[in-house]
Amino acid sequence: MDLNYTEQQNAFRQEVKTWLAANAPAQPLQSFDTAEGFQQHRDWEAKLNEGRWGMVTWPEELGGRACDLIEWLIFEEEYYRARAPLRVNQNGIFLLGPTLMEYGTEEQKARILPKMANGEEVWSQGWSEPNAGSDMAAIRAKAELQGDKYIINGQKTWSTRAVWADWCFGMFRTDPDSERHRGLTFILVPLNTPGITVRPIPQLDGLPGFAEIFFDNVEVSVDNRLGGEGEGWAVAMATAGFERGLMLRSPARFQETARRLVELYRENQASADADPSIKNAVLRAYMDAESYCLTTYQTACRINKGGKIGAESSTNKIFWSELDQAMHATAMSILGARAELLPHAPDAAGVGTWLDGWLFAQSGPIYAGTNEIQRNIIAERMLGMPR
Amino acid sequence: MDFTFSEDQLLFQESVRDFLVNEVTPEKIRESWESETGRSPELWAQLAELGLTGITVPEALGGLGMSALDFVLLAQECGYVALPEPLVHTALVAVPLLTDIGGELAAQWLPKIASGEARVVVGLSQNLLVEDAHTADLILLQQGDDIHALTPGQFNLRHNESVDPSRKLYAVEATASNIVCSDVAVITACLNRGALGNAAQALGLAQRMVDLAVQYTSERNQFGKPIGSFQAVKHHMANVAVQLEYAKAPVHRAAYAVANDLNSASENVSHAKVVACEAANLAAKNCIQVHGAMGYTWEVDLHIFMKKAWALANSWGDAGFHKNRINDFILRADTPLGAGNTFLN
Repeated sequence: MDLNYTEQQNAFRQEVKTWLAANAPAQPLQSFDTAEGFQQHRDWEAKLNEGRWGMVTWPEELGGRACDLIEWLIFEEEYYRARAPLRVNQNGIFLLGPTLMEYGTEEQKARILPKMANGEEVWSQGWSEPNAGSDMAAIRAKAELQGDKYIINGQKTWSTRAVWADWCFGMFRTDPDSERHRGLTFILVPLNTPGITVRPIPQLDGLPGFAEIFFDNVEVSVDNRLGGEGEGWAVAMATAGFERGLMLRSPARFQETARRLVELYRENQASADADPSIKNAVLRAYMDAESYCLTTYQTACRINKGGKIGAESSTNKIFWSELDQAMHATAMSILGARAELLPHAPDAAGVGTWLDGWLFAQSGPIYAGTNEIQRNIIAERMLGMPR
Repeated sequence: MDFTFSEDQLLFQESVRDFLVNEVTPEKIRESWESETGRSPELWAQLAELGLTGITVPEALGGLGMSALDFVLLAQECGYVALPEPLVHTALVAVPLLTDIGGELAAQWLPKIASGEARVVVGLSQNLLVEDAHTADLILLQQGDDIHALTPGQFNLRHNESVDPSRKLYAVEATASNIVCSDVAVITACLNRGALGNAAQALGLAQRMVDLAVQYTSERNQFGKPIGSFQAVKHHMANVAVQLEYAKAPVHRAAYAVANDLNSASENVSHAKVVACEAANLAAKNCIQVHGAMGYTWEVDLHIFMKKAWALANSWGDAGFHKNRINDFILRADTPLGAGNTFLN
């Protein structure tokens, strides 16, 4: 065990820091759930890609730097410290990208990954359906193979970023007689295809961060199938694996929230201490964010040395989503009567972006598999309890 | 950056686990409750034979010369079996303190600890009572800013019974004076090692309680199926698994900081102590719940581990002490917080 960064790792950190200092936007971009903000974030992805910082873990021929997981964690630390923009194409670069590298054909990789990397094509997800939420194997949207085309009919919902995205990936039932997780196929669909209707759904903040997608005889080339027909479930499970989860929500994000929370507490200590539970909650936030970081480093080091991810990685999502919720709840308590005010309200001095974060934190325990589903997985696969 | 244990460290853990699980069974622990001292000279001799009593004793003095980092995984295993013998106290607290004091005292006592002939225990001001003072051949007792080295005849003992029948706690009244150390840094390091020992044992205790509860709920049937198949029961156990999973790395990080004498050792140890003991307390709470009335009995083994977890949570610094140390750290103006600072020391 050696908990020091190597010279090479320190040099890498310095390089990230220097580039971000010169290139990260000085002012926060608008929300990517607005038309203008979406374009700003798309431009930022292009800039990151020019600097070869778009996806540092990707191979060099795809504009990456072939970084290992420790370098990825270092990159993320500097990224969040620099308050660089959230990644509008996270569905693409963090989730679909690595899956494509594993299951895609050479043609698909060459066609799709470069445009994903530079933000030219932004991706949304098409997993859930009105009757297939936690029970994803209940998917009913169907894709029928006719010649070299799939004819897709049905409905997807809760498709994050779908309002302005260019593509959607998801699972469709290709075997009409199949049940549950058999007979599903993973298909990539351009959202400008005739027959598609995207209906925006406003989220808690009033902005259309997700959407319903209706498919009415939508024709998609068979070239857009990822993996074999009927193998959709296996491909989807890969998309949801640990490393993707790590990339989606790296520790730096929560450590920076914890740091801001300590600052907020310090600035408001006199009023905050009127509620004796706040001090403990601030402490808790710091400790838990550190625990998340330490645990992630330990796992990353084990993987770097050829170790395997075990079922214990299913604890990850519960831990960070509940941490995020708790930290924002504490911030709301510290802000007291100001907490409900929108940032532009005339008397909202010092509220920062906590309210936005609080609203978003409500979604953490729900998306990417509810925490109840995660608890079932932990009990059955990690602890071996009976089904 | 390599946050993993070596093959050797992991193999050592495995062999010690095998030994302890075979030798230190719940039946043996119950037997020890009926014995006069609550301690087994035979078991201590076996531990000495394996090199464990002298694991942190320098090689020149007859030990294995290993560090807190080498020992931390073994301390987890001691927790897993709720070992009554003071092995963690010896390896993490008494031996390193004697080594820090050095000189004659260390040269005289460390070889005897390694051979299993002598038992040495430590009582700091932070400890309400002294663990295992009744079988000690030497007590290192803090009085004010000083550590005194006292042998039988130089102290009086008053026994205090603990909820955990395996814990032997004594108020020690010194009847002589023999100052051997007045170094604040040494005393703080000693306290940190004691707290680290509790944290590591808490991880093992939590794991044991989870294992017992998973086994019980897989076998106990109600409504025609194992109660472990019900989500309400599963989620109790999953909540423990999450807390426990995220308490491990902080304990290992603390062991590394202690072994390498890092500036961050106090904060790292306090963090580890708080989260590991909270995980063990949650394990106790949820595991007794899923055992139902059986969990509330003396007969079922769960309480052996539950009671030790409760006790360890508040010894070698209670939660208030350790939380306050972290609080002072994070509220200090010059503390670098946030991303990228976790491994700065």
